[in-house]
Amino acid sequence: MDYTTLIQLLDSTVRLATPLLLACLAGLFSERAGIFDIGLEGKMLIAAFFSAAVAALTGSVWLGLGAGILSSLSLSAIHGVASITFRGNQLISGVAINFLAAGMTVLIAQDWFKQGGRTPSLMGGARFETITLPWAEALAPVPIIGPLYADLISGHPILVYIAFACVPLTWWILFRTRFGLRLRAVGENPAAVDTAGVSVVGLRYAAVAICGVLCGLAGAYLSTALQAGFVKDMSAGRGFIALAALIFAKWRPWYALWATLLFGLFGALETRPDVIEALTSLKVQGQLLGALPYVMTVIILAGFVGKAIPPRAGGEPYVKER
Amino acid sequence: MDVMPKWAEVILVPLISLLLAAVISALVILGIGEDPVAAVKLMVQGALGSTYGWGYTLYYATNFIFTGLAVSIAFHARLFNIGGEGQAMLGGLGVALAALYIPWPHWSLALLGATAGAALFGAAWAAIPAWLQAKRGSHIVITTIMFNFIAAALLNYVLVNLMRPKGSMDPATARFPEATNLPTLHDLLAPLGISFSRAAPANVSFLVAILACVLLWLLIWRTRLGYQIRAYGFSESAARYAGISPVKITMITMLISGGLAGMMAINNVMGEAERLVLNATEGAGFIGIAVALMGRSHPLGVFISAILFGFLYQGGAELALWTSIPRELIVVIQALVILFTGALDNMVRMPLERIFLSLRLPREPKPERKPVEPAN
Repeated sequence: MDYTTLIQLLDSTVRLATPLLLACLAGLFSERAGIFDIGLEGKMLIAAFFSAAVAALTGSVWLGLGAGILSSLSLSAIHGVASITFRGNQLISGVAINFLAAGMTVLIAQDWFKQGGRTPSLMGGARFETITLPWAEALAPVPIIGPLYADLISGHPILVYIAFACVPLTWWILFRTRFGLRLRAVGENPAAVDTAGVSVVGLRYAAVAICGVLCGLAGAYLSTALQAGFVKDMSAGRGFIALAALIFAKWRPWYALWATLLFGLFGALETRPDVIEALTSLKVQGQLLGALPYVMTVIILAGFVGKAIPPRAGGEPYVKER
Repeated sequence: MDVMPKWAEVILVPLISLLLAAVISALVILGIGEDPVAAVKLMVQGALGSTYGWGYTLYYATNFIFTGLAVSIAFHARLFNIGGEGQAMLGGLGVALAALYIPWPHWSLALLGATAGAALFGAAWAAIPAWLQAKRGSHIVITTIMFNFIAAALLNYVLVNLMRPKGSMDPATARFPEATNLPTLHDLLAPLGISFSRAAPANVSFLVAILACVLLWLLIWRTRLGYQIRAYGFSESAARYAGISPVKITMITMLISGGLAGMMAINNVMGEAERLVLNATEGAGFIGIAVALMGRSHPLGVFISAILFGFLYQGGAELALWTSIPRELIVVIQALVILFTGALDNMVRMPLERIFLSLRLPREPKPERKPVEPAN
């Protein structure tokens, strides 16, 4: 495998890892606050649709992004009402949200655009264009570093840079601010937070809302940056891979970056069977490679390779008085 | 602490939840510019207006009974088996292996063999998450989700690389031999002088599904094992104190659950397609969640709500055929049913409890307990 192929492979790794990373950080906020969220998939999907739809109608990708985030937030609100206010089962609520998004996106797409559950292809200002970082062209001829900078680091849509910036930001919020400390505490021992006079409900709603915004970004990236328009079920299980990455990362932001990059690499390799063959002289089946993130997550969950311990109060509604 | 009478708990709460889901579904239909009343009429006509429609309704319902029962039995042990989809896929593999590689003399024997194969493969696919939950504490919801994806990849691999007949481009097995073809309701009802549509796919596995309902009811409420499962679901610590092994109950419950989900394959793979194709389950494993929640995890409730979902499925197909409403409307209705009967259960229950509390007749005051005099 030559250097150019490696850069190409890593480039598509970054592109495929971005939505996983955003969704994984979304889940991290929610689950650190004690709210399990298996509805990441649904929130991404609905955001993907509304971003593409509004961008197609208005011609502005930024308005599309706003609409995508709002739609994802509205599903977050349902999840919050069900699992915080009415103390319902968070897993069941997540399942419902996934189906709601899968159905509503096609229903509305058919009503608005009449193209069999898809949006028109986005062009020009309705898409996130790639950004060329300064000196990329000047540096390109330099050996080794040139292609690395010009082809791998430069030349991505803005959302990719936002996603990567979210990693240190998340770390800082969770581990260096008062809000973050309380948020983590509410996922471990909500009674203690309540005793300290801080609202458990308020903190959990805040976490669910942050989760909604990040899922909105992930969905918008899918339909307006990675691809040009929405197609039915376009999130294609990414929300669940993000969930797997979250467990893989043991609910930590920096680990989440490495986990999603690893799963992104699997995705990139799936489209390049020639690379695998050249590297390992094995004829690996693409279908089986696609299942690798799931298999690895099960192994991690089983505790054979390091134990993944979720936040202690995760999944349990908080009841003030018993 | 029973605030509500039993009938309100069993009938009123699900009914109100269902009504809420129906009202919002109607609003959704209005929102996309269609007439909900006309839509319901078309659905009733298409799903229940002919024996052809009934044949499809009962065919879908058979799938949902199996997956609904699978989710229900797990709910009784307070386990959430979200992996019915993957278990049903593997069940299909079991059916295909049994039907293709064993020369069956008659369909009844083939049905027995295929049922055993389906249950075995489904149970085996549930066994790993169950073992991980029981022994290593891995969250069963996450592992069963992962196993759904692994099952899809595995089945894809098996169909494309191993079981596809030579020269065929289609990722599917060869057609099952004639002797394994199950009789449809048309064949079964004709000797009784009842004419039933020949084209509809409902078949003898509907009767197997009913039998499964009865057997599961007996198991849960009439056997020692069923009592142990319910006790474990009610309070793990109390069950442990009573000498019930959590590992054993988790394993057995999940094996039964996976087996039931796998048995769905005798209907869709053996009864309808008569070969194993990719994505044969069509999401029926997930509908099992909605069916179990709506049916309150009771076999009779599961049966009724499976019929309702069968009606929705067939009716939805008719809607997609005759109007511009896409089939995904059913997915929305399914989501709303799960939301209202599952996650937002307390939204309905809390106000109802308040009403029943205020309606309760003031009881006669209990005889006052005198404080025990301390002995001097």
